[in-house]
Amino acid sequence: MSMYPYWFYLPALLIFGLFFLVPSLMAFYYSLTRWTLFESQFIGLKNYSTFLQDPQLKLALRNTVIYALLTSGFKTIIALPVAALLTSRIKFKGFFRSVVFFPVLVSTVAVGATFSTLMQPSTGLINQFLSLFGVPKIEWLGNPQLAIYSVALVDIWKGIGIAIVILMAGIQSIPTEYFDAAKLEGGAWVAFRHVILPLSRNAAFTVILLSLISGLRSFDLIWTLTQGGPGFASDVLTSVVLKQYQAGFYGLSAAGNVLIFLFVTIIAFPLMRFFTRLEIET
Amino acid sequence: MGLLIVGLIFIVPFVFILLTASKTSGEAALLEFSLPTRFQLVENITQVMTFANNRMLLALANSALLTVSSVTGIVLVAALVAYVMQRRNDRIAAGVTLILFMGLVLPPAVATTVFFLQKIGVYKTIFSLVMIEIALAMPFAVVILRAFIGSIPREIDEAAIMDGASPLRLFFSIILPLLRPALVTIIVTSSIAVYNDFANPLYFLPGARNVTAQLTMFSYMGQFGTQWNLVFANVAVLTILPFIMFMIFQRQIVSGMTSGAVKG
Repeated sequence: MSMYPYWFYLPALLIFGLFFLVPSLMAFYYSLTRWTLFESQFIGLKNYSTFLQDPQLKLALRNTVIYALLTSGFKTIIALPVAALLTSRIKFKGFFRSVVFFPVLVSTVAVGATFSTLMQPSTGLINQFLSLFGVPKIEWLGNPQLAIYSVALVDIWKGIGIAIVILMAGIQSIPTEYFDAAKLEGGAWVAFRHVILPLSRNAAFTVILLSLISGLRSFDLIWTLTQGGPGFASDVLTSVVLKQYQAGFYGLSAAGNVLIFLFVTIIAFPLMRFFTRLEIET
Repeated sequence: MGLLIVGLIFIVPFVFILLTASKTSGEAALLEFSLPTRFQLVENITQVMTFANNRMLLALANSALLTVSSVTGIVLVAALVAYVMQRRNDRIAAGVTLILFMGLVLPPAVATTVFFLQKIGVYKTIFSLVMIEIALAMPFAVVILRAFIGSIPREIDEAAIMDGASPLRLFFSIILPLLRPALVTIIVTSSIAVYNDFANPLYFLPGARNVTAQLTMFSYMGQFGTQWNLVFANVAVLTILPFIMFMIFQRQIVSGMTSGAVKG
């Protein structure tokens, strides 16, 4: 055992501790203070009550939940049949895999610039295309009711490649005997319905959990596409916290960070335990 | 048929980027999905590169330095941790797992991080941003590497120990080379993540001299609000590196992404 010295842990724990853990935990203390970066004054839970009474907060909370549910739900639902197709015997499989995965590697900033152009109401390509079918002009990012859904749509487009790859791995780990049996029973649909759907469960759980957590914490795409606008219509928790930081309300933004942490934990942990119980032993 | 539609939905935006980046600014302003009448992609990219005293070149150099240092750090420290964790598999390893798991649920706190960096005197340095990127990438890297080290038989360690190798020697000359497939995955995914990151450089590395590749987009949108050909030439420049990496490591990215994610 002395061949595996504990000091191998040191560099990682030092870096992780100093540059992530300590600042994150400091937020717990400073969230209880009125803080100007130079001095702090203990004020108890006042930041929390201020944060929770913020009229925009209700909307941001609602947006965060909608965004996380929509992106993780649709990624899973769309990715399953696509992953099934891409693991079957079709032509140009490799090409399609690449095409679907590539947006994962493109930066959020680039995707944001591209889609804010494609989604322009009068000249944008998306509306131009839809008008061929007689669809009236849609204000994708300019309509307060619609903005958050439009960002979610772009998020699905950008991130679905990861979901497809994970599900493909899940499908490929299913023993072939099952597929042979399904073929005898009656073809592709039977295989999808009675083999792939039940047996790729573990991979689907992984996809749902990963995309739900990243959806609850998402910030980049919303920031590049709408900055939380129009007005505050597409703000999520993370963008509210950043706006408070930019406005110099440091204690308040720390409280917001703690609330995001609690929120993600309260949703993610029970779900994780629930999924672990449902997992199939392979 | 269904796949064809899916394929188009994914290809069209990239074709649009290239078409617009090749047009004159007047033609690009129409935002049409059409072939340019005068093909000037090279001129546009040159203009993007030389804009504001070659700012793009400075940004790419900064990004290169940031990415290479961060990825080297991630690979080294994560491999050291994952190796001891997997081999010892004791209560301390479980504790370290739990600590790293915090990285998945705790949101990075901007205000306190800036404050803390100022306190230890490294705010606005590339060094501090490198350290932050290493910390953020660590949980994922450790999970993948630990799973992979599990597939390296202990007999290999024992043989090296019999030959009188020191712990460091065993790790660097025996284990690390065997980790190659997993390391490639981590090198690719983390270099893409660091290179594409814009939020952290925005907060922790402000200042014109510290500009990174992604941040070039922001001033652009303001200054060239309507010069869409330059905006998209900029997008094209940013996307060249991920594209090259993707072409080289395509297979490994996909297989590596899945090895740690699914218990198969």
